[in-house]
Amino acid sequence: MTARIWILALFPVMLAGCNGFQNAMGGDGAESANFVSLFKLFMVVCTVMYFIIVAAMAVAIWRRRKSALTVDDRRHHETSHLVTPVLFGWTGLIVVGLTALTVASFLTDRSNAASAMKPALHLTVTANQWWWDVRYEQPDVSTTVRTANELHLPVDTPVHVTLKSTDVIHSFWIPNLAGKQDLIPGRMTDVQLLPRKTGLYRGQCAEFCGIQHTQMALDVTVESKTDFERWYSSQLATAKPPATPLQLAGLRYFTTRECSACHNIGGTPAGGQVAPDLTHFASRRSIAAGAMPMNKGNLYGWIADPQSLKPGSHMPTVGLEPSELHALVAYLETLK
Amino acid sequence: MTMSAAEKAKAPPTDVPRDGPDLTGAALQAKLAKTWGNPPGIIGWLSSVDHKDIGRRYIVTALAFLALGGVLALIMRLQLSKPDNDLVGAARYNEIFTMHGTTMMFLFAVPVMQGMQVYLTPLMVGTRQTAFPRLNAFSYWMYLAGGSLLWVAFALNIAPDIGWFAYPPLSGPQFGVGKRTDIWAQMVTFTEVAALAAAVSLTATIIKQRAPGMTFARMPLFVWSTLVVSLMVIFSMPSVALASGLLLSDRLVGTHFYNPMEHGDPVLWQHLFWFFGHPEVYIIFLPATGFVSEIVATFSRRSIVLYPIVVLALVGTGILAFGLWVHHMFATGLPRVGYSFYTAASIAVSVPTGMQIFCWIATMWEGRPRLAVPMLYVIGFIITFVIGGLTGVMIAAVPLDLQLHDTYFIVAHFHYVLIGGAVFPLLGAITYWYPKFTGRMMSEGLGKVAFWMIFLGFQLAFFPMHIAGINGMPRRVYTYPAGMGLELPNMLSSIGSAVVALAVLMFVINMLKSLRVGAKSAPNPWDGSTLEWAAASPPDRYNFPHLPIVSSLSPLWDAGEKMPVVHGLRVEDRELLLTTAMTAEPDVREASAEPSLWPFIATLATTVMFVSSIFSPWAVLVGAIPATIALIGWFWPKSPVPDPEPTIS
Repeated sequence: MTARIWILALFPVMLAGCNGFQNAMGGDGAESANFVSLFKLFMVVCTVMYFIIVAAMAVAIWRRRKSALTVDDRRHHETSHLVTPVLFGWTGLIVVGLTALTVASFLTDRSNAASAMKPALHLTVTANQWWWDVRYEQPDVSTTVRTANELHLPVDTPVHVTLKSTDVIHSFWIPNLAGKQDLIPGRMTDVQLLPRKTGLYRGQCAEFCGIQHTQMALDVTVESKTDFERWYSSQLATAKPPATPLQLAGLRYFTTRECSACHNIGGTPAGGQVAPDLTHFASRRSIAAGAMPMNKGNLYGWIADPQSLKPGSHMPTVGLEPSELHALVAYLETLK
Repeated sequence: MTMSAAEKAKAPPTDVPRDGPDLTGAALQAKLAKTWGNPPGIIGWLSSVDHKDIGRRYIVTALAFLALGGVLALIMRLQLSKPDNDLVGAARYNEIFTMHGTTMMFLFAVPVMQGMQVYLTPLMVGTRQTAFPRLNAFSYWMYLAGGSLLWVAFALNIAPDIGWFAYPPLSGPQFGVGKRTDIWAQMVTFTEVAALAAAVSLTATIIKQRAPGMTFARMPLFVWSTLVVSLMVIFSMPSVALASGLLLSDRLVGTHFYNPMEHGDPVLWQHLFWFFGHPEVYIIFLPATGFVSEIVATFSRRSIVLYPIVVLALVGTGILAFGLWVHHMFATGLPRVGYSFYTAASIAVSVPTGMQIFCWIATMWEGRPRLAVPMLYVIGFIITFVIGGLTGVMIAAVPLDLQLHDTYFIVAHFHYVLIGGAVFPLLGAITYWYPKFTGRMMSEGLGKVAFWMIFLGFQLAFFPMHIAGINGMPRRVYTYPAGMGLELPNMLSSIGSAVVALAVLMFVINMLKSLRVGAKSAPNPWDGSTLEWAAASPPDRYNFPHLPIVSSLSPLWDAGEKMPVVHGLRVEDRELLLTTAMTAEPDVREASAEPSLWPFIATLATTVMFVSSIFSPWAVLVGAIPATIALIGWFWPKSPVPDPEPTIS
């Protein structure tokens, strides 16, 4: 038993990472906050039930007994009169406890469904092996924004997210904000988000989706409404033209060689649609769906040899000359 | 007086030797040993249909797969012991967790339980052999073939990498290229045939071969759990057979059952798979409750308190288990009203389970518990399993499950349920019945050390996984970034898994060592009350010299040495006594199959058909020919079947 107590004592220590950026106990969104309160209720009820059982067993084993209904006394078929009433009491306790928990679960579920009844923002997130395509839908197509592997959300604003998949089943999960929802090819699912606290969070694919299921994350920024508006208008702009000969060489390579077959950069001839949109690539926090932080070194590594940094990814190792690599990195870095 | 021809045929022939007052003791046993023995040599070994041989082979093979699956678990724990580790690559890791899950579920947990059932059921109901002995032998060979297929594929670097649940479209023809998925699906086919064959045989044995007087109300609880589980196998396995059949057809023939682009639906797979997959969990867990009931009764020295409640709980759990499968699919976006039903049903399973736990604790309370190793495992089971049950209540709630689903919280939950709930009782059961299996006792000292290491190591390995899940660690990831609060829980888990592995090794050493040097065991070393303890240790080929007659739930405690027996069964032919289904009154005698090589040959033919059908659908047609020939050989009548004779008792 000592080890159990030790483990229980470690519980708070291990939960210390609790206010993390990818944590179910974060409670930073309406649904996630509901989760935290419901989880605590379940924990209390279940812990009480657990200790009743373990205590009853401990007493049953170690109680000092004057007589016992055993085969040694030829009384092994007899049972005390108290056993049946106690069983009724125990079963009643289970039923009452479970009914209370079930009702609490239903009520929480209703509240979750109602938390974003009138969304102010519509997003479509399309999962691909192994990245997220994000589109902010507007009635006017010219104000639609497309980005990848990141979400910017205004705080206290209900958001409706339509979820799709182009290949296999994925699952959309930003634990600090809400529970997960699968993205299933041939179906449309949706999830409501209502962020309550500004901050940087991380989401991750939660359904096994192939070799790089692990490296399929989503950077989430919850910010004030003004910050969000500023970000949104910056996203509406097309890419800046290159300012130096090196950057120009990078753009040329990008638009005339392999890259533009898959990637789009708004305002340039690069119009590929099957890989992440790179119009504002350098403004993102990470590269390759959260596989590595955005910085110059990682950018070099990722472009030069994606297959060793994210094996199995659909980004091929092209075999660039050093001059081409320098030019590409110089250009991509300007895509703020 | 003259008899008509028909009457003559009905009258018992008097020219064959039968057991009875004038044929008993050593003379009888010599004749029975000859009748029920195997032919000599390797042919005899391959043609054995003895349920004890088959059960033992099942158990040993399943334990070997446990060891293989355990090594994979250790590799995964080594990889996850620190963040951004690169010991195992992404592709290999995916193969390893697929192999671990598939091996543990299909090749260890279900078969090891069926092995125990095949060994113990005829002994516990007081008969000489299972019904359909050749089908039983076929079941084992098919299981061995399926397990070998999977592990040979792993050795050849074509192991499946799509998870043990194989969700399409990832497992479909477009994304699961190569033969990896076909091998997985065909392995499932093998194990499903094996499980169904054993389940049919066990069901018939329990319903028709119980000793005279053993009504359903006097049947040991382990046998009850076997009956419930066998019926569950019969009702759930067809669902996965359909699922994997459709998947193979999509992959091989080009149908579109799961292809969303052609109006197929990948969610159909999830329904079919979990309609099997959830009962599967109870197919593993309920036999364990049977072990627990037997162990608690013996070591508390009394019958289980409120026996009818335990039986009803078993049956109730078996029925409820079929109404829960959607709780694996709460994140797929099905209608929320429908989810509510599955939440309520999933939570309701705690009621029968809670009642069973009550009955075990009440039995200890009323009796005088003795803390031998099997009983320690029962205590470890209750302490551990209840945690898994309670986290199960948590994840039955939709709002909680949507966060916890597919995280390490779930990994922790089902290891608490499957290791705490099934493996702990299994290790207790192996220790408990080891003297019956081998005639020798396992070492008590080594057994206690192994128990404490397994118990404590398990908590250390799996409790922190709850925390890892809450801290945002999804399942089936080959690594995780630093700084998410995952370093400490993962390191503790890895250390704990090493402790468990060491302890399991110790348990195995104890098993092997005791085989040679363990103390010799009498037929009933624990003073148990059920019929298997009336047989010799290890049991003779024929189990019982005379079949027992039962008049209570604990015959060895109530009748003891004076237990009445059946007389009048043939001793020079394999003959069984069938009894009526409800009241277990002697009904007819039935011939029991002789040893035969045909089940083994039929397995070879079926294996060729199944394995080659991975490469071409035509193999099903062509391969059916040798399989049919094998079945004709199997059922070839040797001589006219004698009329059933009336019973003499």
